[in-house]
Amino acid sequence: MSETPALVVEDLRTWFFTRLGVAKAVDGVSFTVRRGQVLALVGESGCGKTVTGFSIMRLVDPPGRIVDGRILFQGDDLVRVPAGRMRQFRGARIAMIFQDPMMTLNPVLNVETQMVEAVLAHATVSRSEARRRACEALGLVGIPRPEERLQAYPHQFSGGMRQRVAIAIALLHRPELIIADEPTTALDVTIQSQILFEAQRLCREMGTGLIWITHDLSVVAGLADEICVMYAGRIVERGGVDEVLDRPRHPYTRGLLGSVPSRNVRGQPLTQIPGMTPSLLSLPEGCAFRQRCPRADEVCLESPELTMGVDGRAIRCFHPHAGEAGT
Amino acid sequence: MSAAVGPPLVELRQVSKRFVTPLDLAARLANLLGAGVREEVVCAVDRVSLAIAPGEVVGLVGESGCGKSTLGRIVAHLLRPTAGAALQRGRDVTSLTGTEAQAAALAVQMIFQDPFASLNPRMRVRDIVGEAPVAHGLVSPQEVDAYVDELLNRVGMDPSYRRRYPHQFSGGQRQRIGIARALAVKPEFLVCDEPISALDVSIQAQVLNLFMRLRQDLGLTYLFISHDLGVVRHIADRVAVMYLGRIVEEAPTEEVFARPNHPYTQALLTAVPSLDQRRRRFTAIEGEIPSPLSPPEGCTFHPRCPHAMPRCRTEPPTLKPIGPGHQSACHLNNDD
Repeated sequence: MSETPALVVEDLRTWFFTRLGVAKAVDGVSFTVRRGQVLALVGESGCGKTVTGFSIMRLVDPPGRIVDGRILFQGDDLVRVPAGRMRQFRGARIAMIFQDPMMTLNPVLNVETQMVEAVLAHATVSRSEARRRACEALGLVGIPRPEERLQAYPHQFSGGMRQRVAIAIALLHRPELIIADEPTTALDVTIQSQILFEAQRLCREMGTGLIWITHDLSVVAGLADEICVMYAGRIVERGGVDEVLDRPRHPYTRGLLGSVPSRNVRGQPLTQIPGMTPSLLSLPEGCAFRQRCPRADEVCLESPELTMGVDGRAIRCFHPHAGEAGT
Repeated sequence: MSAAVGPPLVELRQVSKRFVTPLDLAARLANLLGAGVREEVVCAVDRVSLAIAPGEVVGLVGESGCGKSTLGRIVAHLLRPTAGAALQRGRDVTSLTGTEAQAAALAVQMIFQDPFASLNPRMRVRDIVGEAPVAHGLVSPQEVDAYVDELLNRVGMDPSYRRRYPHQFSGGQRQRIGIARALAVKPEFLVCDEPISALDVSIQAQVLNLFMRLRQDLGLTYLFISHDLGVVRHIADRVAVMYLGRIVEEAPTEEVFARPNHPYTQALLTAVPSLDQRRRRFTAIEGEIPSPLSPPEGCTFHPRCPHAMPRCRTEPPTLKPIGPGHQSACHLNNDD
């Protein structure tokens, strides 16, 4: 473990200064991604998992702003590097894959134009060499007949193939870190499985660090090494995939896992978390999960800190479960 | 469950639905000159038979583009089949007229996938839920407020919200409004088209529980369309698997998950990620669902099937019983 990690995020805070108040979309998030490792950021919509990804890429638009924290990437602090240097990182050493490939590919340019452009943006090579690299990347993600497909336009691809093109573009420069934001949510299960297969292979073979942002715990189970569960802008539980999924300690993690149908008796009511996620503009005092938590009491009116347990797990809760198995 | 007494509540007999894109002027002119441009025909549903008994929950699974939503819309009277017959309580719905046709249409209601698109943004909750029952004379305009309150209570919403507009609610609450709207005309059958896939994980469980409670309280029958096999396994009594417009396998839920017969069902089940499989090596069936504009000859699954034989390329298999209540359309089951 002496090698430098692919990415270290320390106490990241990204806030949105809206007319209605300050929304603390990411509020003190810390984690480490090692090389060749898959870290999953799990949570429901509005928990800050996507904003965390965008913050690492420095793609947060006003009224949002990174107000504090450090993002250490190979000796650079991405929060503080000049915009010009960030541009050199983006797409070359850190790549992002988005949920909807129709939104990230330009519909009026063919795939070759887009990919060659992406190669030439960061490498001084000839056009034919750029084309060869594009072709190779398409082959790498399992697109049949890449030579031919380079000429195609995004609408000529199916959803799964389009996502593969997006992944191929992310791989063009062999980045050290890939951030994947719900890349398979819009896809069918058999196609999802194919994409997961490719992601896993690339991560292991190239030693790329991978941050996988998702709400789907089942996907995480098969793919990730480590899990960060987020709720209302904060990490509430962080640990190895087996520990977190088999012995969840935070009541929210436990609630999420308990609501998965396969963890319930068929036909019986599912264990459900009452209520809904609070608005970031009006978070309750103290623990944000307090109002939905079966274990909450007056102690929870204070904000819990993220504390490290003996099993290498971090939990933000005053009344964590002992870590017994099951739900 | 499948051995029902009396006529099934809903029955489809060899139902097909074709969508035709008519030729535009340029293509017609070109054809005058002998270009031979053909109309594009998509056979979204191809000779599907399915019977649903009163009180039963049938899960319809398949990937996008397999025709499951089209089938749901045929059941919900939103589309007319191109061929075949849709029966309700033993009577062909297309032959019904007047009040009978209306009653048949009201008896089947639909819950849509996207709660953001399925509610009129300019109507208040009271009108969204209360409009149909008043229009159909189920309640008088004087009683509609009380009626709407009762429905909102039933779906787990505070009746004081009835003067609000849809944008003031979260996704889960909107879906509840959609369910209240469907229940307002006292249906006996609900077609639920991916009703929880647009919702957050913790909200999915709440809405799924609501569906199960309503089924118990009101004796409802569901056609539950979903791509999420875990959800279908939880709620359905029987499962039908669709691929490219056809049902390829149909069986009681336990049976499908324990002994999937069709290679496509098997592939689908292995592709589903599970909480209990860690750092698994994902493997996947090759290829993708072919374009319904030009489905493969023979068995439509053969280009992706690991067991494909010469026969599969030419001869489409038919659904054949292979066990109690278990049907599958695969040549591997024929020993001849």
